[in-house]
Amino acid sequence: MYPTKYHKPDSVDAAITALSGAEDGKFLAGGQTLLATMKQHLAAPSDLVDVRGISDLSGIRMDGDTLVIGAATTHAEVAASADVNSACPGLARLAAGIGDPAVRHMGTIGGSIANNDPAACYPAGLLALNATIVTNSREIAADDFFLGLFTTALEEDEIITSVRVPACAKAAYAKFRQPASLFALVGVCVAQTADGARVAITGAGEDGVFRHEGLEAALSSDWSASAIDGVEVSADGLMSDIHGSAAYRANLIKVMAKRAVAAA
Amino acid sequence: MSKIHVTTKVNGDEVEYLCEPRETLLDCLRDHLDLTGAKEGCGTGDCGACSVTMDGRLVCSCLVLGAEAQGKEIATIEGMAEDGALHPLQRKFIEHAALQCGICTPGILVAAKSLLEKNPDPTETEMRYWLAGNLCRCTGYDKIIRAVMDAAAEMREAS
Repeated sequence: MYPTKYHKPDSVDAAITALSGAEDGKFLAGGQTLLATMKQHLAAPSDLVDVRGISDLSGIRMDGDTLVIGAATTHAEVAASADVNSACPGLARLAAGIGDPAVRHMGTIGGSIANNDPAACYPAGLLALNATIVTNSREIAADDFFLGLFTTALEEDEIITSVRVPACAKAAYAKFRQPASLFALVGVCVAQTADGARVAITGAGEDGVFRHEGLEAALSSDWSASAIDGVEVSADGLMSDIHGSAAYRANLIKVMAKRAVAAA
Repeated sequence: MSKIHVTTKVNGDEVEYLCEPRETLLDCLRDHLDLTGAKEGCGTGDCGACSVTMDGRLVCSCLVLGAEAQGKEIATIEGMAEDGALHPLQRKFIEHAALQCGICTPGILVAAKSLLEKNPDPTETEMRYWLAGNLCRCTGYDKIIRAVMDAAAEMREAS
């Protein structure tokens, strides 16, 4: 790891001041990707601004029928939360399956979605659940937040403060693990929402997480695993790598979507 | 580059060290506190050889900065045996020959202990999932799982 500086602000304002004062600063929100990336010399930020000392960013609460999850909440806390388990059990199970226990004890929801790894679990969950990402300056619908590989709608000095997830009793995430990394080779999140079924897919798209119109239409008219049989899932725009071809991933999308519907 | 003064508790003892911002908790344990039980395997959070607990939660100390340990309670393999008496997990590892080269062993013992503290009666599946972040290239895992399940049974009887 190249030399860097470490800041631990106790407020959102102080965090933004520290970041904007840095030559090339990065928020540290658990570090389970960032620190590994820095060790491999793929990133060399001049300053790290640790957001886990900011009390406003932690904790989980209900606001009416909406779950509000602080950005610095760890995956283990989301998985164990009574509020998440009752309002949106599918999201709790998704969090419980991210990485391994050590990752779940340090990694945070804000860190995960700000990084927007194309094989991460949370982007699929939040997109399917029609979540809203709240920052220090605005609210961004999940549909407008995830813009591509490791790319989001966040501005340079913008910080995620919380994520708002509408309660959803019928939602589930099914992941086909890449066994070495424990990331999704393909992960599918299905949710039955007020506006019909929403289906979001991670691990497969060349541009990162995406929704699938065909699967959503099929599940909106018939919420059952068999409804997925007739849906055409094209391999166009899907990733091909040493772990699987685009055609293999296209097949896995249907398989995982069925498993998710069965589990929801 | 200015150094950071960190005060923390390791295995119940107050300790302090000066670290560079880029030094990991694993670097600090090994290089500043001479606690070399936690090993660096991959250095990127994949192998679990550096497993320790921070405020009771299992973490990879290679993916935690030394500075992040300020005010926390760290537990490492060095704190596992009490007054020279091995922890049941350690005894069962020897009994079941659950280690060969030994590099992964401290991390697996710390990880297994942290599960048994939360859940004294895990199923074999729960234990295998919990240890998913701890790689062993020698044993093929079966002996490790047998040793942990046997230790868990003994600890339940004793409590």
